Amino acid sequence: MTSRTSTYNFAYLDEQTKRMIRRAILKAIAIPGYQVPFASREMPMPYGWGTGGVQVTASILGPRDVLKVIDQGADDTTNAVSVRKFFQRVAGVATTTKTGEATIIQTRHRIPEQPLREGQVLVYQVPIPEPLRFLEPRETETRKMHALEEYGLMHVKLYEDIARNGHIATTYAYPVKVEGRYVMDPSPTPKFDNPKMHRSEALQLFGAGREKRIYALPPHTDVVSLDFEDHPFEVQKFDRPCALCAAEGVYLDEVVLDDRGGRMFVCSDTDHCETRRADGHRGELAGDTT
Amino acid sequence: MYVAVKGGEAAIDNAHRLLADRRRGDRAVPALTLDQIAGQLALAVDRVMAEGSLYDRRLAALAVKQARGDLIEAIFLLRAYRTTLARFGYSEPLDTGAMLVERRISACHKDLPGGQLLGPTFDYTHRLLDEGLDGDASVEAGKIRAGAAEKVVRVADILADEGLIEGDGLATGDGPGDINHTPVEFPLSRAMRLQSLSRGDEGFLLALGYSTQRGYARSHPFAGEIRIGEVEVEVFLPELGFAVPVGRVQVTECQMVNQFKGSAKVPPQFTRGYGLVFGQSERKAMAMALCDRALRAEELGEDIVAPPQDQEFVISHCDNVQATGFVEHLKLPHYVDFQAELGLVRRMRAEYEARDREVAPVREAAE
Repeated sequence: MTSRTSTYNFAYLDEQTKRMIRRAILKAIAIPGYQVPFASREMPMPYGWGTGGVQVTASILGPRDVLKVIDQGADDTTNAVSVRKFFQRVAGVATTTKTGEATIIQTRHRIPEQPLREGQVLVYQVPIPEPLRFLEPRETETRKMHALEEYGLMHVKLYEDIARNGHIATTYAYPVKVEGRYVMDPSPTPKFDNPKMHRSEALQLFGAGREKRIYALPPHTDVVSLDFEDHPFEVQKFDRPCALCAAEGVYLDEVVLDDRGGRMFVCSDTDHCETRRADGHRGELAGDTT
Repeated sequence: MYVAVKGGEAAIDNAHRLLADRRRGDRAVPALTLDQIAGQLALAVDRVMAEGSLYDRRLAALAVKQARGDLIEAIFLLRAYRTTLARFGYSEPLDTGAMLVERRISACHKDLPGGQLLGPTFDYTHRLLDEGLDGDASVEAGKIRAGAAEKVVRVADILADEGLIEGDGLATGDGPGDINHTPVEFPLSRAMRLQSLSRGDEGFLLALGYSTQRGYARSHPFAGEIRIGEVEVEVFLPELGFAVPVGRVQVTECQMVNQFKGSAKVPPQFTRGYGLVFGQSERKAMAMALCDRALRAEELGEDIVAPPQDQEFVISHCDNVQATGFVEHLKLPHYVDFQAELGLVRRMRAEYEARDREVAPVREAAE
């Protein structure tokens, strides 16, 4: 038994596979919000850990790209570190934590606070791409519902939420309608981020590896969160600013400080928070040295 | 003062270092060699090859070692390697009738041409722990019946000669399909279903197959034949104009003979469920055959009443690499979404308490 060394193509996937994925991406861009089936590959990280996003990123990545990877809005969460290391290893591309410097941003569960600009690509990791899945488990049925634009079931679900709880009880993965046609799952981002998708200057790509689907929002696409006239869509509001950088109107993480109910709220977007602190903003718990 | 959690990178490196340490275990004990794993844990290696869908005992043994014996992790390692390999083409259909059988049994006939050949089976062993295996006692060589290398006719072919069982079905002109290179779109052809089942999770298929025996889509199965042995793999070369053998693989094949079916046009005959798995993996091949038969419900005009008959349910959930990934991804941070839920629950509780305060005095007044 001899030992073997394995060598991999730039960005791991072979060129034929990338070509297949790029074709799926192009189709997705041509039909915004439509889920394009693609022959997803096994990746060296587990399904459910971003294989769809990783395949999309691998297919569009070039040697001159600058990559940023976030999970929960943070660059230093373990899975973000792991995905970033993967691309450093197999593609040798430059990486950054600065939202403004990145050409490609792969994300799980958040959209950066800093508005994205033309030329940037935001790649979402998607666990369940089908917004109708929990209303109808069968793929054959949901595809038919999309084809016929039959979205009544979704509105009934949202209505039942209101009847039962007084609110639409969906706080993340909140369904949106794309260009007045397809109902789309924005991936499990908090609904706070939904308005950022609307007419974004950046290209937004969604990859679901296990479920073998890719969908897209080309720049300047209309993305409207589903709601009712008397129950308009609204985003989460926090009743205090970030404890480190004093930012308001951003999404905050609740950090448990002790076992006596002590809590602090800090920016979920670590780059946004660090940039603000570097610019001299100080929250109530920031201290002087940071 | 709170410091934003940093050091994910160092934590990951340290975790991997500790993993390598635990994998090696007590340094005073010699490390396992791949030959030992492939030779002495052969059935674990076979399962990894089958569900990893890559026929390579050395790599499967390496995966078992690297995964510390966690077979689903080993299967995942092998799959992730396999996906990077170039696809050269598709083999000709295997001729399992020409198999060099090491084991071949039929539950349908007392004796039959080629005989019942038990081979290296656990069947009829008494499951008593053998303390003698704790050590390296000498083991006598196995005995093989003379003439066992002859071609052994398939039981299904014997029944088919009389027209008592449906045919194998002919290969369709558009090839076998490829679950790796085409996105799954339901309904799937039987060929695509069989590909998925062949590398599906043994435990999942076992449970589903078992449920059909207990009445959830009962199909009255008989183990028509189970055979294990090596078959030749041939590839058609257009340059030569004929197929050439490229090697041999060991497979386990199971033909289930199931309740008959007939119609005004077709006389009654038995139907089949089919299982084919890399290596020696009898339980898996049998479970696969039960599931294959159940999944043919629509084709055979049967009512779909139970999960094993439901393609989307079975095929979407039988892959353990997908299943383990998605179940285990719950370990990843979800605190952004949790925060969103937390906010809503707090708000709804506040509204509930406010309502309670309004209602309480009224209740008192009524009393």
